[in-house]
Amino acid sequence: MSISLSRLTKRYGPNTVVDDVTVEIPEGSLTAILGPSGSGKSTLLKLIAGLEVPDEGRVIIEGDDVTDVDPRYRDIGFCFQHYAPFRHMNASKNIGFGLRVRKQPKDVIDVKVRELLELVKLEDKANSYPAQLSGGERQRMALARALAIEPRVLLLDEPFGALDAIVRTELRHFVKELHQQIKVTTILVTHDQDEAMEVADQLLIMHSGKIEQAGEPTELYERPATEFVHSFLGPTTLFKGVAVRPHDLELVSPSFGTIEGVVTSIMELGFEIQVTVTLRDGSAPWVQMSRNEFRAHGVSTGSPVSVRARVAQELRS
Amino acid sequence: MKHTSRKWSLRVIVIGYLALLVGLPVGYLFIKAFSHGLGAFWSEVTKPNAVAALKLSAEVALIAVPVNSVIGIGAALLLAKKKFFGSRALTLAFDIPVAVSPIIIGVALILAYSRIGWFGPWLSKNGITILFSPVGIVMATMAVSLPYVLRSVLPVLIEVGKDQEQAARTLGAGAFRTFWQITLPAIRWGVLYGVTLTIARTLGEFGAVLVVSGDITGKTQTLPIYIFAVWDQSYDTIGAFAGALVLASISIVALIILSSLRARERKLHVDLA
Amino acid sequence: MDSPANPSSSLLGAPPTRKGWRRFAVRLRSSSGAIGGGSLIVGYLSIIFLIPIAAVVAHGFSFSIHTEGWGAAFWHWHLTAGFSTFWTDVTQPAAISAIRLSLWLSLSVAAINAVMGVAIAWVLVRDSFHGKWFVEAFIDLPFALPTIVVGVVLLFLFGTQSPLHIDLFETWMGLMVALLFVTLPFSVRAVQPVLASLDGEAEAAAKSLGAGGFRTFVSVVLPSLWPAVLGGFGLAFARAIGEFGSISLIAGGIGRTTTASSYIYNLTQGFLWTNAAAVSTALLVLSLIILIASNVFARRFQHRLAP
Repeated sequence: MSISLSRLTKRYGPNTVVDDVTVEIPEGSLTAILGPSGSGKSTLLKLIAGLEVPDEGRVIIEGDDVTDVDPRYRDIGFCFQHYAPFRHMNASKNIGFGLRVRKQPKDVIDVKVRELLELVKLEDKANSYPAQLSGGERQRMALARALAIEPRVLLLDEPFGALDAIVRTELRHFVKELHQQIKVTTILVTHDQDEAMEVADQLLIMHSGKIEQAGEPTELYERPATEFVHSFLGPTTLFKGVAVRPHDLELVSPSFGTIEGVVTSIMELGFEIQVTVTLRDGSAPWVQMSRNEFRAHGVSTGSPVSVRARVAQELRS
Repeated sequence: MKHTSRKWSLRVIVIGYLALLVGLPVGYLFIKAFSHGLGAFWSEVTKPNAVAALKLSAEVALIAVPVNSVIGIGAALLLAKKKFFGSRALTLAFDIPVAVSPIIIGVALILAYSRIGWFGPWLSKNGITILFSPVGIVMATMAVSLPYVLRSVLPVLIEVGKDQEQAARTLGAGAFRTFWQITLPAIRWGVLYGVTLTIARTLGEFGAVLVVSGDITGKTQTLPIYIFAVWDQSYDTIGAFAGALVLASISIVALIILSSLRARERKLHVDLA
Repeated sequence: MDSPANPSSSLLGAPPTRKGWRRFAVRLRSSSGAIGGGSLIVGYLSIIFLIPIAAVVAHGFSFSIHTEGWGAAFWHWHLTAGFSTFWTDVTQPAAISAIRLSLWLSLSVAAINAVMGVAIAWVLVRDSFHGKWFVEAFIDLPFALPTIVVGVVLLFLFGTQSPLHIDLFETWMGLMVALLFVTLPFSVRAVQPVLASLDGEAEAAAKSLGAGGFRTFVSVVLPSLWPAVLGGFGLAFARAIGEFGSISLIAGGIGRTTTASSYIYNLTQGFLWTNAAAVSTALLVLSLIILIASNVFARRFQHRLAP
């Protein structure tokens, strides 16, 4: 069982924000929905949660068609980018909120809250108010709050977006470890491809309301289906009309498969060098190489060179 | 050098203006009210008519304030959630009472609901009178104090945003619980501020109530009307000032509450960042 | 209920059960609640306020439901005689002078407090000294004080028995003092938050380019403040033109110091309801025009500021 989205569409006025999306999300996976701003990923997440109502399509969670079901009854946990803490309640009360709604007895709630505080490593902040917690602590509290109700899906909407770089990385690892401990189906929305590549077992790339490609991160990186996916997941340059990785291009002596050209600029970025070459066919790709390789070539601006793609790149469509 | 002298001259101008315009009258109020001693003040304040006027003002406030608070919060919820057709008109409709003269509001109520007004004949057939009655006073007071709760709650509601409520929903809370346990606590300072302003306005309303009361020597006197009547008819200086001081004190207490709320709200803003 | 040593498995190890949950509960039609509440609010507004104002305008043009029927004669009479009654009422010399007085008084007071408002806001935001909180509270005092209290105090302070020997009884100056008092908070509070939100960077840039204090203020700060100043002007004007309680006492008897509100009040005391309605309508229209004008100007400046 899993989450199944079928022809999901959402429009705001003239804009189609989510466009006919059909996808299956495997149970127990950590799926990242990756895309630029405005790609519709947050809206898609909210459609799964029920915080938005689709214009067309169905949302099916573990076999139940929940498209018409209020978010209260979908058994989902949701975490927001700005944590949405209940400011007037301390951490314990925040975490216990869902349990109080379900009218669980007080002693049961106290035990569960304590366990959750330990799980997210906030034991000593049980009585602290959100205003007294750091950004990372607030998000951990939000995670605990969402997990308290034992949801069958955990939805995270750009949960690390408001945090600074170090905390972001820490929390990223924390979520991955948490997921390995508690195998609840998790969907994470982000615009940060490093984050998605590092954390997720499954990757969905969204662009203008559609899913460009879905699959495992390595597969998407090595065999991108479209130029958009290619350029979104890593550096891109055009060679022979095809999108390639700059580190897959090399400078060689003229032979079969190479194109001649002239070096037009050289940029040094730490241990790698970017060499831009204007070719005979008019294009101007840039080649990425290490310092050692660059020194071995011994070229400078204006030197005639030939460029070849190291690995044959095949792009579908 | 020039910088500090300019700063000081501005300070002097501003403080001078405020001292003369605001400080002077308020100080004079206190001085004059007690000018014949504490005893005279007290006997004026405890006169039966004065007490009756205070009682009526309080009763009117007891009706007008809760009603306008509920309406104000309801309208704020409505306006914050959806941008529907007519939401701009609604906001405008709430703002108008502030801009319209209270005299005109009084005239308007009479021309709509009194014996000579539109609904007058129908209303008097069913035994309801607006003119010369507490009902009219309550209506006039409700009309003039309408916008304050909405105006102070709406920006707070917008700033708090929808996230907390959506989170509560995903955790299983229904509409009522979400409002009572999540939304209301989040906006409570805005509500308190608006309610305090409404109370101050309700107790102090004069022009509209004057028109609707008609004959001021009748039994329908709120405290502001009483003060006016005391001066206008008997030129009783101490009586008028005593009543004025009571009213002013209530307003000053309200002011202190408002200032501390504003200071607290500023502190809250730092946390929200 | 078991509590094993490992905290995580007690929570989510076992598949969650959903007994007792209304899984297929239909989504609460949230819009029905909104429509109900909205209608209640609109209904309340209509009874309290919208219908009465309509009644004023209608009576101003002698539109009374209980005169004739709603037929063609009704419309014919009102379109001809109704408008002419309105015009006569409004153009009475007393009416015209009252309206004119209210108009220029309110415009002047709003203008003066617009300037002072900026100055006061500047000191409150940019300056710091002991007891500033006291000054802050002071600003709100005119807003919270009942108008009759203001009227009584000003009558004695600046009236015929004034301890300061300043007699402003039945003078325009007296009216002005009262109006400056009651409109002060509007002017200050309109500008203050906008001033507080300026971070001083643009001013620092101007100074580094050689601009002096005053020039910086005029070229850098003031343009950002214009929309707020105009908004405050509109609010102060609206408050001033309708003001009654605080000026009614110091204005004295009927004469040169009768403002529009006092004039309308006097009409009601004489039971001249149609006249009162007519002049009220004129005053409403005037306030509306100036309010809309200041809003339009404010928005125009706003557009120039925000891209």
